[in-house]
Amino acid sequence: MAEKVLIVDDDKAFLQILAERMQNRGMEVTTAESAAAALKLLEKESYDAVLLDLMMPEMGGIEALQIMRKKQPEIQVIFVTGHPSVSKGVEAMKLGAMDFIPKPVDMSELTEKIQHAKASRMILVEKASQEKIKKILTDKGW
Amino acid sequence: MAPMDLIGRCGIQFFGKMSASISHDLKNVLAVINENAGLLEDFCVMAEKGKALEPTRLKRLAEDVKHQIRRGDRIITSLNTFAHSADRESVAIDLRELLGLLLELTQRSASMQGVSLAVDRPPDPIMATTSPFLLLNLLWFCLDYAMKAAGPEKTVEITAEKTDDGTRLHFRKLAEMGSGAGSFPAEPERLLTGVLNAQIQLDPDSREFVVSLRGRAPEE
Repeated sequence: MAEKVLIVDDDKAFLQILAERMQNRGMEVTTAESAAAALKLLEKESYDAVLLDLMMPEMGGIEALQIMRKKQPEIQVIFVTGHPSVSKGVEAMKLGAMDFIPKPVDMSELTEKIQHAKASRMILVEKASQEKIKKILTDKGW
Repeated sequence: MAPMDLIGRCGIQFFGKMSASISHDLKNVLAVINENAGLLEDFCVMAEKGKALEPTRLKRLAEDVKHQIRRGDRIITSLNTFAHSADRESVAIDLRELLGLLLELTQRSASMQGVSLAVDRPPDPIMATTSPFLLLNLLWFCLDYAMKAAGPEKTVEITAEKTDDGTRLHFRKLAEMGSGAGSFPAEPERLLTGVLNAQIQLDPDSREFVVSLRGRAPEE
């Protein structure tokens, strides 16, 4: 099944072309030009991976990540950043980002990270479902 | 810290901040060019598998690359002009050009803060003899404060004008002056105004502050 990915970046040119390249690789891609727009999409949908720009106007990637993780604890966020230093990426990973990738993006590296994100998310979703079932069975005394 | 040491330290910090912001912008330009090149590769792979190439799509890609190169060139030109602003301690400059450069350098910071910058540049040159680097540093402090103090319109308007005894720069459409935006002018601004023979006057009623540069402008 195709990986379902949300890309969030305020650079429209980058956003569109990256989305097209990922679609060419069979991924199902949705785009958002701001963190606020992405958070709105996440109210209705879930994605295998969210590619999030670190530096965006109004709400930056780190703040958005914290809100996203509250909404969907199993969310897998990969930061895409033009920030040449790795310190921001490390900070983001400490806050719960799955990984980060610098701009310009290496497509094979990105594809690999997305596949990894999908697998990690599936494990977390499965684990959450098992715990839910376990709780129901315990509540019913079975 | 001795006043000149503080000015020197502020100058290095200013240079560092601008360089970091510019290099970030350039990384973004390279990222888009990289994606365009990648998409061209994708098209070649698809063509090898028998899918026809679309000339209009290819033309658009070439246009996008050219657009990014123009964007990159503008950024590098600003970086170059900025780097050369420290070459001479005192030189005759057109404040309209200096404001243009300041705008290019601070566009990213403004956009991150959700603030629009509007510069009203008169048609005639506004000449001043000063240190371009120190003046840029002072104006950057001013703009940084103005963006934090921006009113509900989230716009900072900057206008430059000649006066009998020099030149004046107005930073307009501010809301909170001296409260949430921090103290202004602080020590670095006061030291820079001293060195530049300038003055900062706050006018909360008109929601603006004015930077006056004293000294007669050279003949244009």
